[in-house]
Amino acid sequence: MEQVVANGVYLGAQYALIALGLTLIFSLMNVLNFAHGQMYVLGGFITYLVYGRLGLPFVLALFASGATLAIVGALVEKLLFRSVIRRSLREESTMLLAAAIAFFLDAVILLLFGEKERGVPKIVNGVFISDALIMPYDRILIGALALAFILSFMLFMQYSKPGRAMRALAQDRVAAQLMGVRVDRYSMIGFALGAMLAGVVGGMLVVITGVNSGIGGPISIKAFMMVMIGGAGVVGGAIAGGFILGMMESVGLSVLHAYGDITYLVIFTALMVFLSLRPQGLMGKPWG
Amino acid sequence: MRKLGAAAAGLAVLLVGVPWAIAATGRDDLYYTLTSVALLSIASAGVWLTFFIGRINIGQGAYALIGGYVAAILVVDYGLSFWLTLPLAGLFCAAASILIGLPILRLRGVYFAMVTLVLTEVVRLLALALPITNGASGMVNIPLPGAIRLFGITIVPDFAKLRHPHLAFYIVSVLLMALCFGGLYRLVHSRVGKLCRSLQQNEELASSIGVDIAWLRVLAYAVSSFLGGVGGAVFEAISQSIYPSSFTVTDSVNFMLNCFLGGLGYVFGPMIGTFVLYFGWDLLFQTGEYQLLIYSTLLIALMLFLPNGLLSLLPVARQSET
Repeated sequence: MEQVVANGVYLGAQYALIALGLTLIFSLMNVLNFAHGQMYVLGGFITYLVYGRLGLPFVLALFASGATLAIVGALVEKLLFRSVIRRSLREESTMLLAAAIAFFLDAVILLLFGEKERGVPKIVNGVFISDALIMPYDRILIGALALAFILSFMLFMQYSKPGRAMRALAQDRVAAQLMGVRVDRYSMIGFALGAMLAGVVGGMLVVITGVNSGIGGPISIKAFMMVMIGGAGVVGGAIAGGFILGMMESVGLSVLHAYGDITYLVIFTALMVFLSLRPQGLMGKPWG
Repeated sequence: MRKLGAAAAGLAVLLVGVPWAIAATGRDDLYYTLTSVALLSIASAGVWLTFFIGRINIGQGAYALIGGYVAAILVVDYGLSFWLTLPLAGLFCAAASILIGLPILRLRGVYFAMVTLVLTEVVRLLALALPITNGASGMVNIPLPGAIRLFGITIVPDFAKLRHPHLAFYIVSVLLMALCFGGLYRLVHSRVGKLCRSLQQNEELASSIGVDIAWLRVLAYAVSSFLGGVGGAVFEAISQSIYPSSFTVTDSVNFMLNCFLGGLGYVFGPMIGTFVLYFGWDLLFQTGEYQLLIYSTLLIALMLFLPNGLLSLLPVARQSET
């Protein structure tokens, strides 16, 4: 049981970071970022390149992943989303753009890194063993790192000036603009930050699970689910959603193992029932 | 009257002109491509209808898959004629969509979009898990559609005995597509259509002046899923097989992209969008490994320069925007 819980917490911390980026972008721009999973994969490959191939320190690789994705995110917002949002008659059009960007990143990743599964050397060796718990040290380290990132993200959103500006934007775009918040600038920063989070998680997980070019889509779907569980556009909701999904996966894999590969079927069905009872998720505003 | 003439002329071109051109050039493979476009545009038309009531539907792949499986199971296990299973598959999907739609149509915006996306995954996983669908190995060797005879006269010949089953499937698909878009055009320009448009603009306001919004959106969703089911059923008959991976999230997303690309404001948008996307993808096949890169770059460019769809180029359409 302790093992299941520990796995759940470890998974949940990763998931929560992915969901945070997605929900941040959604709350600022009302854009459902279909390319989030692809951004995650790109981050994973950059860490693979810097740490695995060039042999530079892991921290530097993580930094490179985050920085690259932040630039990608900022460019995508400034060059693409901004103009489409301004000129389109219906705001759903951004979904086509997001899906096209997802295809584009998929193609770029495939061309640059090929379709092979890539892994990197372990950052720390050894396994923590006690009576109830077996956990490799690198998982513990990555889990702790993820928790630290979540905490610093929350502090940043709560106390820094850009964080306050972004929260104001998410609450009411027009009112924030009237109060002198530079909407365009903070939308770009927010998009860059969201993309950066995806890249950083990708970089961290490549150490444990490796990375391949095909997992972007499934990761996006998982991220959507976490955001839905917690409520779209709410920081606390994304964190809760991430941990809940991580826990459900961990419990499901150990309990439902006997019935075959139905963990995800059960989770999806439970989610649909949950959402029909509580459409806005755990903490979301009604109608997003 | 002019519109009716144009529609008849378009249908004549598709049913007579295209087969003639194909016979003249000997490009028989085009039949399969065009048939796919016709069927996918039927499913996309369903997605368009949900857009019309203001919902983003990324779950059409689920209903296409259900439709395909229902038709396949009825033909293989119960020995029904394909022509009978076609409406049955559609009706089954419509019934399923009413059950599913009643709770989830209360959701809006991205919430609805994400739930329908998850629905596609649920149906795929169900098809993997249920015993009747034969799991991952799918159902293969499904017999081709048989003949329809009425009072001893053969109306539709047995497809298995035809020399050109591809041509037959092409004609069936084009007729279905014409029926679907004709019906959709009538629906959009009817009283119910106007009420649906009021949902797209403001549900609360519509409700406050006495529009039964719950009924209308379930109705629109049921029609949408019916079209998805029919499209999936014919697809299954052409390929004579169906697998859990026949329609996946990618297909659901593509159905939605077809609508966007053609233009959400135009009834015939999904048809144009499907045609352009499907043929564009096929044409780019020659570019090999750069196929996806060029395709997605074009999509992004299209979105930047024509954010309201291809049909927004038409000056006539701009005046009578729907």
